[in-house]
Amino acid sequence: MTDHGILAFGAYIPKRRLQRAAIHAFNGWFAGGLRGLAKGEKAVVNWDEDAITMGVEAARDCLTGIDRNRVERVTLASTTLPFADRLNSGIVKEALTLADATAANDAAGSLRAGTSALMQALDGQVTQLVIASDNRKAKPASEAEMSFGDAAGAVLVGQGDVIARYLGGHSLTIDFVDHFRSSGVDFDYAWESRWIRDEGYAAILGKALKDGLTNLGIEGGAIDHAVIAVPVKGVPEQLAKKAGIRPDVCADPLMAVIGDSGTAHPILMLAACLEQAKPGEKILLASFGQGADVLVFEATDALAKLPSRWGVAGHLAFRQDDRNYGRYLFHRHLLPLEKGIRAEMDQKQPGTTLFRQRKAVLGLVGGRCTKTGTVQFPKTEISVNPNDRAQGAQEDYPLAERRASVIAFTADNLTFSPDPPSFYGTIDFEGGGRLVTEFADVMAEEIEVGVEMRMVFRIKAIDDLRGFIKYFWKAVPVSKGDA
Amino acid sequence: MPRGIKDKVAILGMGCSKFGERWDKDADQLMLEAFDEALTDAGIETSQIDAAWLGVGFDAQNIGPSGIPLSMALRLPNIGVTKVENYCASGTESFRGAVYAVASGACDIALALGVEKLKDTGYGGLPVRSRGTTFDMIGVTGSAPGSFAQIASAYRAKHGVSRDDLKRAIAHVSVKSHANGVKNPKAHLQKAIDIDTVLNAPMIADPLGLYDCCGVSDGAACAIVTTPEIAKALGKQDHVTIKALQISASNGWEMQQGGGWDGSYFHTTRIAAAKAYEEAGISKPREQISLMEVHDCFSITELVTMEDLYISKEGEGWKDVRDGFFDADGGIPCQIDGGLKCFGHPIGASGLRMIYENYLQLLGRAGARQRQDNPVFALSHNLGGQPVQNVSAVAIIGLQGA
Repeated sequence: MTDHGILAFGAYIPKRRLQRAAIHAFNGWFAGGLRGLAKGEKAVVNWDEDAITMGVEAARDCLTGIDRNRVERVTLASTTLPFADRLNSGIVKEALTLADATAANDAAGSLRAGTSALMQALDGQVTQLVIASDNRKAKPASEAEMSFGDAAGAVLVGQGDVIARYLGGHSLTIDFVDHFRSSGVDFDYAWESRWIRDEGYAAILGKALKDGLTNLGIEGGAIDHAVIAVPVKGVPEQLAKKAGIRPDVCADPLMAVIGDSGTAHPILMLAACLEQAKPGEKILLASFGQGADVLVFEATDALAKLPSRWGVAGHLAFRQDDRNYGRYLFHRHLLPLEKGIRAEMDQKQPGTTLFRQRKAVLGLVGGRCTKTGTVQFPKTEISVNPNDRAQGAQEDYPLAERRASVIAFTADNLTFSPDPPSFYGTIDFEGGGRLVTEFADVMAEEIEVGVEMRMVFRIKAIDDLRGFIKYFWKAVPVSKGDA
Repeated sequence: MPRGIKDKVAILGMGCSKFGERWDKDADQLMLEAFDEALTDAGIETSQIDAAWLGVGFDAQNIGPSGIPLSMALRLPNIGVTKVENYCASGTESFRGAVYAVASGACDIALALGVEKLKDTGYGGLPVRSRGTTFDMIGVTGSAPGSFAQIASAYRAKHGVSRDDLKRAIAHVSVKSHANGVKNPKAHLQKAIDIDTVLNAPMIADPLGLYDCCGVSDGAACAIVTTPEIAKALGKQDHVTIKALQISASNGWEMQQGGGWDGSYFHTTRIAAAKAYEEAGISKPREQISLMEVHDCFSITELVTMEDLYISKEGEGWKDVRDGFFDADGGIPCQIDGGLKCFGHPIGASGLRMIYENYLQLLGRAGARQRQDNPVFALSHNLGGQPVQNVSAVAIIGLQGA
């Protein structure tokens, strides 16, 4: 019998880490009661990131060293999907240049959507990429604002050389409304935390843990890593204890360094656990949201052979200290700064042109001349090569995973950017091809002619008038320590 | 090699409106202001014009489509009016239309007019606009200074020029143009500045500060052209003829071929310049060109253009600039009228404004700013687009017989 379970994992955490003390410094006069939470930092997306772009980055990390043709199905789980009716995971599929014959679906509706999608994938037979990603909005001066962080995690599920064998799972579904957010509404409405602790975590999740372990015939004491994604200090340990699991094997909920990333959080914590687990160890994953999911895995020898990746640890190290609460609010449309007339350019996206150019726009697929080998972006009928104007001879040539170097650049203070100055320039790819594009998440001292860059999937522009988001690829400097 | 148009077409008259923030005038009034001067200079009637070309860069923010706005403003007698647009090179493009019409023999007298009314956008600088449905998905819509600032980073890297040396050299470009603008009553900016003002100005797009950028203006300029024979018959003795007129458009090589263009120069300017010199029979431009009007949209553009026009050696333009070779009293004055920087930059009019200044200088009619050494060949360089993808126009005019 072939092993069935997890083939690979990946993570994405935005570079900026907003200091909670900076939030409290601004809001403390009003919400003094949050002082106890004003410590540590939370990961915050830049203006050009959302659940889709973070999901794409986590998926790319997960697919490190893996032939993308293996992926048969992709699922994006999130409570903050940008589109209500346009397949969000379909955009992920294009960005990852997966085959057209890939199944795709979005999973949503609860913070448990990621683990439920993972469980369904593990119950199936196909090789499935399960991505969970969230960037939840919170009202300024709320407890949620202190708690929420932005991140994404991804897991590739399938058969064969698994790094963690799936031992089984258990689910409970109960309409317990600890918090809710209606369609089209920006913010959660939450009930009293003491009630959630007693009737939610202790009663519902506690029962799921107990029943799950019993059904699987696994003793709590046999669990080596308890990944219980509950963002309240001390609760995972109490739950573990009641289920017979040693409290000291509870995984770090990452609240001090990332914050609660919602749907993504259980998957992200699982990724962090897999970075540390040893072959043979048993890992329990539990999540909560109108019920609970409990899954148990056993790490295999293949885990040690997995190619290195960013993962949670890599992203945690790749950070930028952020104390600019005003920028954070502006990027979440919570502070209406004057953008000026320059920002009024109509960003209307014709559906026809996006469809024709979808590989170039969403997948950064250029062309390679089969006659001369000249690489270019985008693909055109006649080659750019001045010495050989071969016509109709180009094949698809993906550029997103290739490194590039800066040929020319600037930091533009005049053009409208939500994160000024706008850095952009010309880059040449290793192996050929050139692109003029924007640079993301850069600081002035990082950029010079010749600096090595890598590509990231980002929001290019937002059509506020029609509510459409335009995506494209931007370049970021390759820093020391990059995977 | 085509025979070219050297000495086949003469300039009969030219006109140029005052450039600047013309809050009180509409585009049709600016067109008329330039046209009246040209018509008087030419000494003809409007009814003698056989065809007209209109250059406009931003028609959507301005006069709207077609050649009709020119026909209406001047009440032309239902002749053919063609509107042309080629980014900021639209002015020279309109001139090319009129010159080619005369050179072909299709017209006896033709009009080229460029106009732009940019101070109706509500903010300084060029209007932000779409560059087409495909570009908008994958290209960068930066500001004009941002697009051109990139030349500086690549130039420094290629020629090993320090950030400070280059910043001071481009500052000299602006100080010089401001000094020249003071002597030009039609200039948008007529105020001298010192180098510290340039160096300490707010950064617009690194390394270009406020004074490294030309503003945008309202204005119009025009030319009436004919054959040398007709010019003579109309009583023009010392007339100016067109020696060369070349335009080169990028084909995507700079933007798309990895490892090709290095980002430090204007590929199209080199091509247009080489062809223009050949057409004009100029073999040693540094010795033969008397004065130049170039597309100094940004100080770095002017500096690099000195090399692309084969006046300065590659990598040494910054030294010529710094040493004052292009000052009004230098070896080859560049922007003796203040340039785009101070005369102003009403996009569609700019190429014709450059030719207007060269025309005045050749005929000794430039007043307080007149170059005293009897100029023979005057070059204008009008650039549209951005370094990575552009249209470059080079026009050389000179005295009949030169």
